Amino acid sequence: MRNPQLNRNGGLQHLLTIDGLPPEILTAILDTAAPFTEVAEREVKKLPLLRGKSVFNLFFESSTRTRTTFEIAAKRLSADVINLNISTSSTSKGETLLDTVDNLSAMQADMFVVRHASSGAPFLIAQHLAAMGLEHIHVINAGDGRHAHPTQGLLDMYTIRHYKQSFANLVVAIVGDVLHSRVARSQIHALIALGVPEVRVIGPKTLIPTDVDKLGVRVFHDMRAGLRDVDVVMMLRLQNERMQGALLPSPQEFFKYYGLTADKLECARPDAIVMHPGPMNRGVEIDSAVADGPHAVILPQVTFGIAVRMAVMSMLAGG
Amino acid sequence: MLPDAERLCGALAESLRPGLPPDTALVGIHTGGVWVAERLHAALGLKTPLGRLDVSFYRDDFSRSGLHPQIKSSDIPFEVNDRPIIIVDDVLYTGRTIRAAMNEIFDYGRPARVDLAVLIDRGGRELPICPRWTAQALQVEPGRNLQLERGEAGILTLRLIDA
Amino acid sequence: MKIHIKNGRLIDPSGGIDAQADLFIAAGRIAAVGAAPDGFAANRVIDATGRVVCPGLVDLAARLREPGFEYKATLESEMAAAAAGGVTSLACPPDTDPPLDEPGLVEMLKHRARHPGFAHVYPVGALTLGLAGERLTEMAELHEAGCIAFGQAHAPVVDTLVLMRAMQYAATFDFPVWLQAQDPFLGRDGVAHDGEVATRLGLPGIPVSAETIALSTLLQLARDTGVRIHITRISSAAALEMIVAARASGIAATCDISINHLHLSDADIGYFNPHARFAPPLRDRRDCDALRRGLAGGAINALCSDHAPVDDDAKQAPFGEAAPGASGLELLLPLTLKWAGEMKLPLGQALARITSDAARVLGLAAGTLAVGAVADVCIFDLRGSFRVTRESLRSQGKNTPFLGRELPGRVCCTLIEGHVAFENEVSEKTHARLRG
Repeated sequence: MRNPQLNRNGGLQHLLTIDGLPPEILTAILDTAAPFTEVAEREVKKLPLLRGKSVFNLFFESSTRTRTTFEIAAKRLSADVINLNISTSSTSKGETLLDTVDNLSAMQADMFVVRHASSGAPFLIAQHLAAMGLEHIHVINAGDGRHAHPTQGLLDMYTIRHYKQSFANLVVAIVGDVLHSRVARSQIHALIALGVPEVRVIGPKTLIPTDVDKLGVRVFHDMRAGLRDVDVVMMLRLQNERMQGALLPSPQEFFKYYGLTADKLECARPDAIVMHPGPMNRGVEIDSAVADGPHAVILPQVTFGIAVRMAVMSMLAGG
Repeated sequence: MLPDAERLCGALAESLRPGLPPDTALVGIHTGGVWVAERLHAALGLKTPLGRLDVSFYRDDFSRSGLHPQIKSSDIPFEVNDRPIIIVDDVLYTGRTIRAAMNEIFDYGRPARVDLAVLIDRGGRELPICPRWTAQALQVEPGRNLQLERGEAGILTLRLIDA
Repeated sequence: MKIHIKNGRLIDPSGGIDAQADLFIAAGRIAAVGAAPDGFAANRVIDATGRVVCPGLVDLAARLREPGFEYKATLESEMAAAAAGGVTSLACPPDTDPPLDEPGLVEMLKHRARHPGFAHVYPVGALTLGLAGERLTEMAELHEAGCIAFGQAHAPVVDTLVLMRAMQYAATFDFPVWLQAQDPFLGRDGVAHDGEVATRLGLPGIPVSAETIALSTLLQLARDTGVRIHITRISSAAALEMIVAARASGIAATCDISINHLHLSDADIGYFNPHARFAPPLRDRRDCDALRRGLAGGAINALCSDHAPVDDDAKQAPFGEAAPGASGLELLLPLTLKWAGEMKLPLGQALARITSDAARVLGLAAGTLAVGAVADVCIFDLRGSFRVTRESLRSQGKNTPFLGRELPGRVCCTLIEGHVAFENEVSEKTHARLRG
């Protein structure tokens, strides 16, 4: 079965997940993102690469933040951006996901940026477009269920490479709610594909998915042990609804055992960087002193995120 | 027999020198244009730092051929507004690269004026673009590319290759 | 109508027969095997040269989608599919709309299905009203209307007291209960086997313990109540081991698996293929291997199609939102043959699981070619293979993970009560050409 993200020449047709992408493509995306970072400093923050193209932000799950970063990236590439926030209530009125896609395709879309609560939804859209002979329309996964958030994973890799130059000798820890995190899955696949020798996940057993070690990571339940000699700490967001109930007793207890504090961070290497995909829950997964401290690279992540999304969009549209 | 690139650089610098405003900025186009611009910048003793452009993001054939795998960052380390600017390239052919470079420069600001200096004008223009300074005009048959190369010792040479 | 099926390879697992023998049918029953009865003058001779003649298949689970889901399938479309698949008797689960929980509904279904050329339909009645797991149905009345067993399809009985009472009541009349082992809480939001594949794809998981815990409850209550229990659609090696152990301790539980779980594992979900969504979910490769061996050895009593035609809209959705199940009536025989070939099993042993053994679970004298039995016969070509396509399926449900696969075993002819219910014209022509 051909990877549905790749075209016949092995180039990138869609960006749906990092799982299964050759490392050369990941590196090419990071390399292409570098010159885009400089565009933000110009008087006119716009490049003509996607001039005349229509990018549809199809958000079946609301996320102002992610949508905005894609919107800025597309606009800096001179694309026309159409934002559609499609609540599940309107799809339950009878129009299926693929009806929506067919309608927008008929409006001469060139690219769909898709956020959906169900894992695999962007795959369904990409497969449908192929079946309809609409292979000129590209799909970017902006987060699907628990499955993947590939542009987030890539911007995290860009950030790591920016601060650590190489992936070759790093120890990286991903901390928190791995079970429900599409970000964590994309990070794991990217880190392993780019040659990070040791990737760890840290969290209570209720938040670590079954057989996650088979993806190539080491599992730790003790945060201090897991942070020992780590070069990069990647914190995950804990959703409000999961802070108390059957997964966790309370946000306070979670913070005590799995929240990143300056004290716990001392277990890591002195030059360790601290990342977070945002938005942060201060005092739940991360202490303010760390979030605003010298190790944090959380704001640069946001800046790089726009360049990485510009790189992905222009590679897809020019491919 | 192709002309000596180093000699052409010297000649180009001399033709630029008369009446050059002191706040003039040179902008070289990656990759060969940057090398020529570096020679001119040194020879003319300009105070404004050298600018460098990679016009990949502005090319009109992007949707056909996509992005080059190795794009360099553009670097314009001076205020563009109200400054005289000279775009420098190695070989002028269709003029499309120069159009892209002008578009990119205007995204940094509104220059006082923009001129063009090239080492070789090989003809074959597809746009109404004419250099103010040319070191040498040279007929090159279509289907071949004239390319500037830099050797290990930093010496510039011209080479003719099949496109 | 008298029919003579000649020159076929007769396989009748119930009688241990696998031999070249003619079959004679009169008045809807098997009149003789081997030599013609005295004075037998056939109205029709079917040449089965090079083909296998076996009992019509008995399918323990085929959803006809009537009443209530006619947009998914109709009795007519699915009966055509059954005949084309060589299936002559089928049990249908109670998950219709409304569920089969009152005698009128069952009588209507039986009435609609009573038609020449239609397979024998044996409804499984609802164990509780509306399958809600709260109040018992009128099981005795439902039995009189035609229900052969009582079950819940995919709906669990959450309240174990109600479950025990339902089993006690069924045991009073010696009605069998057919139940699926699925804990209502573990894997509540799950859509795939809880393992590496689900973790990689970010699909909420259903652990094996969701099956084993519920199974343990069912087996213990069956022992206490003495009810005859049949466990439908087991999915894991652990569940199979528990059933084997229960039998050793004296609980006469039977069980079945579906053709999908016989051949597929969670790895077949691939890139979120909604056709690979099932309830219970496809487990991992080791589970699949254990089920394959269990069926071969007879620890699993029967193989069924678990036929569940679904309309395209319900399948063209993200994996977790897609309706579970697959169309299967026409793939029961081919997938049995494929398994038998891969396991190098004698044909008679493999066919037993979809004929005589399945009939035994049903408690019916079907799935046999014994003299005097109802003449339900399937004739198929072992050498012929076919590609599964939307067009090749007669079922209204085109949903199957086997679309595009090349499978062995083309049904050439199906007889139900001595009537020719299906003849494959294409195969008749090629057969004539091969011989001619």
